[in-house]
Amino acid sequence: MSQSMPLSSPLVTPLNSSRTTQRRFLEVVGRWSFVLPILLLNFIVVLVPSLFSIYISFTEWSGYGNPTFIGLQNFQELFQDRVFFKALGNNLLWTLFFLTVPIAMGLLGAYLLSSIKRGQLFYRLAFFIPYVVSSVVNTQIWRFLLNPRSGIGAWLAEHGIPFLNFAVLGNRDTALIGVAFVDSWHFWGFLVVIYLAAMTAVDTELYEVAWLDGASRFQQFWYVTLPSIRPTLVFTILMIIIWSSLTFDYVYIMTGGGPAHASEVMSTFLYNQAFSRFEIGYAASVGVMMTIWVMITVSIFVVLRKRGWEI
Amino acid sequence: MRRSQRIQSTFFNHVILSMLAIFALFPLVILLINSFKTTGEIGRNPYGLPLEPRFENYVDAWNQGKFATTLGNTIILTTGTIAGVLLLASPAAFALARLKLRGSDFLGFYFMIGTSLPPFLFIIPLFYMWRQLGLVNLHLGLIIIYCALFSPFATFLLRSYMVALPEEFIEAARIDGASNWQVFRSIILPLSWPGFLTAGLVVGLSVWNEFLFGITFLQKPELKPVSTSLFAFQQQFVRDWGLTNAGSIIMVIPVVVLFLLLQRRFVEGLSQGGLKG
Repeated sequence: MSQSMPLSSPLVTPLNSSRTTQRRFLEVVGRWSFVLPILLLNFIVVLVPSLFSIYISFTEWSGYGNPTFIGLQNFQELFQDRVFFKALGNNLLWTLFFLTVPIAMGLLGAYLLSSIKRGQLFYRLAFFIPYVVSSVVNTQIWRFLLNPRSGIGAWLAEHGIPFLNFAVLGNRDTALIGVAFVDSWHFWGFLVVIYLAAMTAVDTELYEVAWLDGASRFQQFWYVTLPSIRPTLVFTILMIIIWSSLTFDYVYIMTGGGPAHASEVMSTFLYNQAFSRFEIGYAASVGVMMTIWVMITVSIFVVLRKRGWEI
Repeated sequence: MRRSQRIQSTFFNHVILSMLAIFALFPLVILLINSFKTTGEIGRNPYGLPLEPRFENYVDAWNQGKFATTLGNTIILTTGTIAGVLLLASPAAFALARLKLRGSDFLGFYFMIGTSLPPFLFIIPLFYMWRQLGLVNLHLGLIIIYCALFSPFATFLLRSYMVALPEEFIEAARIDGASNWQVFRSIILPLSWPGFLTAGLVVGLSVWNEFLFGITFLQKPELKPVSTSLFAFQQQFVRDWGLTNAGSIIMVIPVVVLFLLLQRRFVEGLSQGGLKG
């Protein structure tokens, strides 16, 4: 558009080129005006506070007055804080749980759905509905169902199966797994839909060949389906690892990290430090650790991909 | 032979799929059924149909949970955020899809970093910044945050719509001397409304259900959205299952109805965005 004067003589070039640079400049500004508002907003709400957070993590601050610079003291304290390590370990357990149970259920649901036509829509909707329901409502349901007096445990005990007849969320050994179970009940249907989309794209001829070779349905799944949807599978694994280290709602609502920090995760630990104990600097250092953790995960993924792992 | 084998094998599929569907829906059905019982009846008859359906639970929950106020708050937050996000994201999506931006690689990189920074890194300083600016306990303050959080997702979604639009329309307008903004307004916007609908639905759902920022930035009861005020309500009436179940149903009905009506768009938008609910 700006190169509309190909025949300009050398004599007029200076004037012309300054005019074209000016026009080019306006052109560039014009184009960037489309993205400037969104960049500016993201800058103010996300980037500036993020950088500020890194600074605060090196200070002691109660939220009022000026932060006092204390160097690495928060981090030193963090590395000796039992509760923080408990939370970190719980995040790892949470990750492990989400990488197995919901993924297995998602793959099972999607694989069974991919070979039927009638009723597919119904099942898909049924599996997906918990995913669109708010955490506040889902936890309300399961606080009732996991209640020792009125819940499933009590009902099973009445019918001779007395192994769930206790306060799952009030017990130190089961609180974390109970919350993780509820969150994954809400989440696995989302995986079904993602995996189903990937499975429908698999060439049906591959299945025909496998079937003619006498492959069982499990063998077809293992040797045809899984390799064909690998990119999707790996992507969901990466997302689950990131989400699991940031999980908050279900823990905060159902147990608040208790009893006695048994279900504490890094996010609830940070939230309590920041908004109930007003140890702002300490809380910020937890946020920095969480970010480093996420960055490491993503970089491992990127490095493996660059090394030629087909993921 | 092969046919009968197929029928047999899909029968097996349906058995397992039905069990999974019951697993997914049974808890929600119990929530609905028990919202029509007195708390006493829930104790005696936790899983059966209500013997004498009690609709007063809904009236009581509506009044005591102040749903008239909190639903209003949620609607303000939802519509405000949807409008803001679409206003911000659509020009950006157009620029990424159709204009050769110098530095668009950098832009993509910045967005990737900006959207993958954990909220727990920036929520604390953001709170103190917002307090300084008088934006805490103000709907506008939270709407601004939501716009920043959800507009990158909407940008990518809308971009994928705009990339697919036929080039000829844009060329024709350019030949007529239309500027970028004119092309955007008169050609791109009218043609990408399905993208707007999908992005709007997903953003609306995310705001409706959002918890972390809602509970942090709106602390006065009369300003709270449904999600965090329902949480407070549940804690206040923790043993009153009938009442709190009715409150939960009030919150969830609009979402489920809208989802069933427009499920294709919801699923498409949510699975593309990688947003976690």
